Amino acid sequence: MGLETVFGHSFLTTRLDEAVNWGRKYSFFQYPFVTACCGMEYMSVFASAYDIARFGAEYPRFSPRQADVLFVVGTVNEKLAPVLKRVYDQMCEPKWVVSFGVCATSGGFYDNYATVQGIDKIIPVDIYIPGCPPRPEAILDALIKLQEKVSKESVLDRKYK
Amino acid sequence: MNSYLLETFKAKFPDDVLDTHAFRGDETVLLKKEALLKAAAFLKDELGFDFLMDLTAADYLPREPRFELVCHFYSSKNNYRLRLKCPVAENDARVDSLTPLWAGANWFEREAYDMYGIKFEGHPDLRRILMYDGFEGHPLRKDYPLKKRQPRIPHRE
Repeated sequence: MGLETVFGHSFLTTRLDEAVNWGRKYSFFQYPFVTACCGMEYMSVFASAYDIARFGAEYPRFSPRQADVLFVVGTVNEKLAPVLKRVYDQMCEPKWVVSFGVCATSGGFYDNYATVQGIDKIIPVDIYIPGCPPRPEAILDALIKLQEKVSKESVLDRKYK
Repeated sequence: MNSYLLETFKAKFPDDVLDTHAFRGDETVLLKKEALLKAAAFLKDELGFDFLMDLTAADYLPREPRFELVCHFYSSKNNYRLRLKCPVAENDARVDSLTPLWAGANWFEREAYDMYGIKFEGHPDLRRILMYDGFEGHPLRKDYPLKKRQPRIPHRE
């Protein structure tokens, strides 16, 4: 007995965007680009106490080709910048970027010869999380904000960008 | 303050020791850079300093000579520590490499070269260790521009 028998001959309508975005926002596969101490908070978000799986984002993918969301967690220096760019370029559309912590966002207190002053100098960023490091609640909040952002997009938006 | 270690050192290299001081058991010898290798060999072979803990440099611009090479030695046999410092001038920023004595000096010297531009003669592979290929200058020099950036890929906007 299948689900269709429950509804009998009725049917459901929706907009394509709604259906697709509903699927996208509850199944983020993340690529954790972890370079620094923020990674500890990121791990904590995954562990049972905060449990990011509740938001449908439970799978970190360590291949950029299988990921939707790039989490840049920690300081990015000039030496690493081409690597970050390459990881981003390898991700398939649609893709989003979360700048995790103050170093990824603005360079933080590393205003020096080595550090990129914010990863938005290298790749476009969708959500910035402040904090040094941010608390796990802030990360969950950012994830919810990203879901809100995704739900407002259209399937046509990113296709040919 | 009398120190067995510093007195021994002064007696062995009377012409090369520029200054010595000790602060709460923290003993330092200021040495001519030409004598660094033989002094280090003496420490290792005669006084039992078997461990090169650290080797780095400092820039004291505008003092002349502006650089100072700083080496920390440790004797695990006697639980002694000693710091050797050598003034290095900018126009002759060359020092003998300690790699023949301690293989561990290799990466320390590459770092000092990368950050300060001090060249180590006799080093087997003296190239940058932290900064990337194409980086110009030595970023820990005091006259390296504070806001200077050398991106490897063009920045957005």
